Amino acid sequence: MKNRTRATALALAASLLLGAAACGDDTDPAAATGEGGSAAELSIVGFAVPEAANKAIAEQWTATAEGEGVTFKTSYGASGDQSRAVVAGLDADYVHFSVASDVTRLVDEGLVADDWDDGPTKGIVSSSIVVFAVREGNPKGIETWDDLVQPGIEIVTPNPASSGAARWNALAAYGQVIADGGTEAEAEEYLDSFFANVVALPGSGRDATTAFLGGTGDVLMAYENEAILAHQNGEEFDYIVPDTTILIENPGAVLVEADPVAQAWLDFVLGEAGQRQLALKGFRPVIEGVEVDEVEGANDPADPFPTVERLLTVAGDFESWDALSAKFFDEADGIVTRAISASGKAG
Amino acid sequence: MTAIAVVEGRSERGRRPARAGGLTRVSGLGLGLAMLWFSLLVLIPLTAVVVSAADGGWSAFWRTITNEQTAAAIRLTVGHALLVTAVNVVMGTLIAWVLVRDRFLGKRVLEVLIDIPFALPTIVAGLVLLSLYGKDSPLGVDVANTRSAVFLAFLFVTLPFVVRMVQPVLAELELDVEEAAASLGASRITTFRRIVLPSLVPAIAAGAALSFARGVSEYGSLVLLSGNLPFQTEVTSVRILSSVENDNLPGAAAVATVLLAISLVVIVALDAIQRRVARRG
Repeated sequence: MKNRTRATALALAASLLLGAAACGDDTDPAAATGEGGSAAELSIVGFAVPEAANKAIAEQWTATAEGEGVTFKTSYGASGDQSRAVVAGLDADYVHFSVASDVTRLVDEGLVADDWDDGPTKGIVSSSIVVFAVREGNPKGIETWDDLVQPGIEIVTPNPASSGAARWNALAAYGQVIADGGTEAEAEEYLDSFFANVVALPGSGRDATTAFLGGTGDVLMAYENEAILAHQNGEEFDYIVPDTTILIENPGAVLVEADPVAQAWLDFVLGEAGQRQLALKGFRPVIEGVEVDEVEGANDPADPFPTVERLLTVAGDFESWDALSAKFFDEADGIVTRAISASGKAG
Repeated sequence: MTAIAVVEGRSERGRRPARAGGLTRVSGLGLGLAMLWFSLLVLIPLTAVVVSAADGGWSAFWRTITNEQTAAAIRLTVGHALLVTAVNVVMGTLIAWVLVRDRFLGKRVLEVLIDIPFALPTIVAGLVLLSLYGKDSPLGVDVANTRSAVFLAFLFVTLPFVVRMVQPVLAELELDVEEAAASLGASRITTFRRIVLPSLVPAIAAGAALSFARGVSEYGSLVLLSGNLPFQTEVTSVRILSSVENDNLPGAAAVATVLLAISLVVIVALDAIQRRVARRG
């Protein structure tokens, strides 16, 4: 009987392992073979949000002479995980990530050319801004960054430590103080009071949205495009565009050993037609002159992307991703890391 | 009054004559296959974790695990896993007892439902917990973003382990022995303590070990409800993820190594307790 207990324990342990293996299926590195045929296959690896837009772009592209007959293999997930999966061998021709550091990881490995960000858009494929998602009707009257740090306001933001995408939120919170003429010390103070009001730090943007929609907190630090997409999917909340916020820039790149059609695809995505599809799903176009009649789900569908009074950018206000990663997010003494840690000790 | 498990174990051993130092061809093949399988799935990955933890050097390892926030997360995770395991040992045995010995309406249904926390993808479990025990709780119980959320999530996902371990053992216990004990004047409590419990202890210990291990490694079911607040509700898995996001693999492996070591100690301790109790019975 003892043996049977052992056997059951083993069986349970084995099924646990199998379960874990099944969870990893999404990022299974698929071998890069079979590209010799006449019709090319394009592997897209990206962060989760632009999936719908990419699908729409692909439909249009395959209707053009260049894209005709091209088939797609796609993999979407958390940006950092996707980037690490490509380094580990996940087949990719074109990558689309939420932060530049996920592309530079591939540059360091020699998978993406050094000059990937030399183009007219500096390697940026889609952009958005940080906004405040609030409960319907904005019962707490949250309009500005100062409103966020008032006593009793509960903030939900994805965890900047474990989610690369959440780093935009922390940068916006810090940068807006500087943009309003504050000193670095004042900006750090603001971060402290900001994180003191944080009631949940879910692991990813998706988890944060789920927690917020499940009733946690008064305000969710969100992206404009995700708020618009969520509205399109029938979710009910309002979003506020603050006077000062940061421009979120999502980079895209073609891999060194990619099929030649990948470059044509990237050019199409950066062109008017591609940017229009991204805009319809809530992203701000990265080129001038993209005409969109109406974006469903925006606060004002006819004017979906209102001009922000003071728009911070990484290049203009934070030097570069490499520099700001070390300054703000270093595991031991990054400014944001310290602010998060301090908030926990005070509580 | 020897426990049945022990009697059976002995007779089984008696059936197979053990030849000192020699294995038959078939059992040799079996052992080889088992070791290969075990190495591929467990030994090699675990060694890789420990090796990459050593990559950063001793001082980096020490710095990582003594980081205040990480140490707090480890204390929270291990503490709650132990607490939940203790609860499971009592409640799991009780539930198993009810399922085996009592007859009631809906027993079959309950029997199936017990496995749900085990079968459910953890993120779905998290969603369920959030909607039941979050801000908008229909039950009026709001534990969102508190330590109770961690405790609750651990309880939820580890529930089946002890129940499922104890149940079959209990079902095969011969009632005659208990009746004999009773006819010799043993009280119900004495019968349970001296007759039933010793046979159950190996199963309870195995269930407890699984329950603890699962608790220590839990992530999915609590991310939505616990809020991942540092020093308050942040569990070790979140710290490991943070290190991974910062491309600090040695750091992530260092924390994982500490968890491995702690789990090993707990599992060995459980085994020791089980042996002692079984011998005393």
